[in-house]
Amino acid sequence: MSASMTSNRQHTAAAAPLNAFQQQALALAAQQSVVGDNERLLSDLRKQGAQEFELATWPGRKIEQWKYTSVQVLKDYESAVWANGSGVSGEFVSERLIPLHATRLVFVDGVLDSAASDEMPDGICLFSQADELAAELIRSNLGKVSGSVSAARRNLFASLNSAWTQDGLLIHVGRNVVLEKPVYLVYVSSTQSNVVTNHRTLVVLEQSANARIIEHFVSEDNSVACSSFVNSLTEIQLGQNAHLHHTRINLEHESAAHIGAVHVNLMRDAVLKGFTLSEGSKLKRLDYQLNHCGQGASLNFDGVYLARHNQLVDYHTCIEHRVPNCTSQQVFRGIVGDKAKAVFNGRIHIFEDAQKTLAEMSNRNLLTSNTAEINTKPELEIYADDVKCAHGATISQLDETALYYLQSRGISPSQARMMLSFGFINELLSSVPDETLQDWLESWLRDRFSEDRSLVSDVRSLSASGAGN
Amino acid sequence: MLEIHELFAKVEGKQILNGLNLSIKPGEVHAIMGPNGAGKSTLGNVLTGRAGYDVVSGEVTFNGKNLFELEVEERAREGLFLAFQYPVEIPGVSNMEFLKASVDARRKHLGLPDLSSFDFMKLARECSQKVSLDPAFLKRGVNEGFSGGEKKRNEIMQMMLLEPGLCILDETDSGLDIDALQVVSAGVNAMRDGARSFIVVTHYQRLLDFIVPDYVHVLANGKIVRTGDKELAKELEAKGYGWLEQESV
Repeated sequence: MSASMTSNRQHTAAAAPLNAFQQQALALAAQQSVVGDNERLLSDLRKQGAQEFELATWPGRKIEQWKYTSVQVLKDYESAVWANGSGVSGEFVSERLIPLHATRLVFVDGVLDSAASDEMPDGICLFSQADELAAELIRSNLGKVSGSVSAARRNLFASLNSAWTQDGLLIHVGRNVVLEKPVYLVYVSSTQSNVVTNHRTLVVLEQSANARIIEHFVSEDNSVACSSFVNSLTEIQLGQNAHLHHTRINLEHESAAHIGAVHVNLMRDAVLKGFTLSEGSKLKRLDYQLNHCGQGASLNFDGVYLARHNQLVDYHTCIEHRVPNCTSQQVFRGIVGDKAKAVFNGRIHIFEDAQKTLAEMSNRNLLTSNTAEINTKPELEIYADDVKCAHGATISQLDETALYYLQSRGISPSQARMMLSFGFINELLSSVPDETLQDWLESWLRDRFSEDRSLVSDVRSLSASGAGN
Repeated sequence: MLEIHELFAKVEGKQILNGLNLSIKPGEVHAIMGPNGAGKSTLGNVLTGRAGYDVVSGEVTFNGKNLFELEVEERAREGLFLAFQYPVEIPGVSNMEFLKASVDARRKHLGLPDLSSFDFMKLARECSQKVSLDPAFLKRGVNEGFSGGEKKRNEIMQMMLLEPGLCILDETDSGLDIDALQVVSAGVNAMRDGARSFIVVTHYQRLLDFIVPDYVHVLANGKIVRTGDKELAKELEAKGYGWLEQESV
């Protein structure tokens, strides 16, 4: 890996001078104080991250991974400072958070809000509070999961996240341990403007460990623009036969910019069940990098995105089948209305050795206005010859037969359209493991559809396009 | 209740109904039989107002109103009900939500107060038991993963909840085993109250042993070519439709 990194540096060394955002981003990293044990733990990661970020090619239309998503709005942060909101109110906790029976940890602008959080159980700690065992886990895993991707494909904002890692959260589940309570991580953005926040989370599940983790991004006050830039990276190492349910919900105010990523390495027979739901914002880019590293590993991953107004939401998923006999099943659905834009780029990379792979991917979209835009692209790279790989992508309107059926029972066309648009998304919520979470999401979704018709499909004569198998 | 006068209709440019006449009085059960392609299903879809089923000429009045001036949902609220030959699956929309929306719309039209969720739930459970559907089905997506028989029973349950004035059963018996057929028929018979009328569209005489009609009509080439009582159905079962089709040309 070090060899390829060197060549990457040489390749990009002649890059254009840093833009004002890049300069400010590096200055912000330099401002952070990382001292004591944390300094020893994180300095290499930070340095490497800063170097990679500095040398990386800046996103633009000609960079494939950023073809449809402009990061122009990052100009807003050329003089940004670190966000430093205070703790959240009890009212916020009771009204805005999901009433899960879980270990809840609330971070406000990246800082743990102890008053709103539960006590951390064994195995969970901040990097800055790591004991010897935790420090060893951090040393051997942090940056390694995200770093296992080839240098050419590394996302510069993941590098920036490393450069910005002053502290972070470690969730460690030991061998054969079943975590009874889910871990509910809440990342709150305060109402400050022109600020940035960084989140870094490391999850290590050892052999046959079992856990559920819910990550929830939320704005402290949904009625005011907060205009923060959040960079959030979660790395997950799943040991042999480990089982993880991972859910990530991005529901910040639409004025927020968010670039986030989840990287998972699955070892032999590991099982990942993932779910993600996002609403668009002025910039929302989410990368999932899921790597099958051990035979017999399997993953199911469902995602939902909704975008309206002038929002943007961009999901880039990449599943690497590096070894034989693994499965991946991915289902994404989105509804895009008004002048909003969505991007779904689903990459499946099946390595030469990865025989007997079973990989399926489906992406369906509803466009609810003639000015909305969806860019969906399956990207398959298959180097093994004995695999089953299926993909399909559609952009369509509501089913006329279903509309007729509802109307024939006395339901008005507008209500029927709302029910069908809701159902299109709600169908995927059934894969959410926790009933409380499922109910919360369903009622959130119901509110969203009833308060705003922009996500209800009224477009009747769109030409459908599709690709299959 | 329903008066159909010289009805001509097209589907995808093809003439299917050719001057159909039918008069149905309150409380009557009319069976409509006929060979494939005679226009049996078209009749149901034309009456409910499905897009793509175009009326060329003719008149239909329902409860004294011109049916063709009403939208699909208005006809339903007025009390016209079609039990689909192929009920539609709608994943993500629960059966309960669907039924509640339907019943709310009908009650509102009739000037009745909304049922509370609790009362509605109770009613829905009762109806599901009458058609031997596990109440757990109410929580599932509309017809999602239901067997053929379960879908048909769900149609009958909707009929019970909506209490329509005129029910059109479009080949409700097709694909049903004898047990399901008895459940469905019992559900229909329980709703015969002397005021409610039925059009039973079927291919097979067997259904009419369970739902005994007042009239049996034979539909061929888009119009009614013979009308009789339940004995006509037995004659058709024995002789087929060929002799009547020839007469109608």
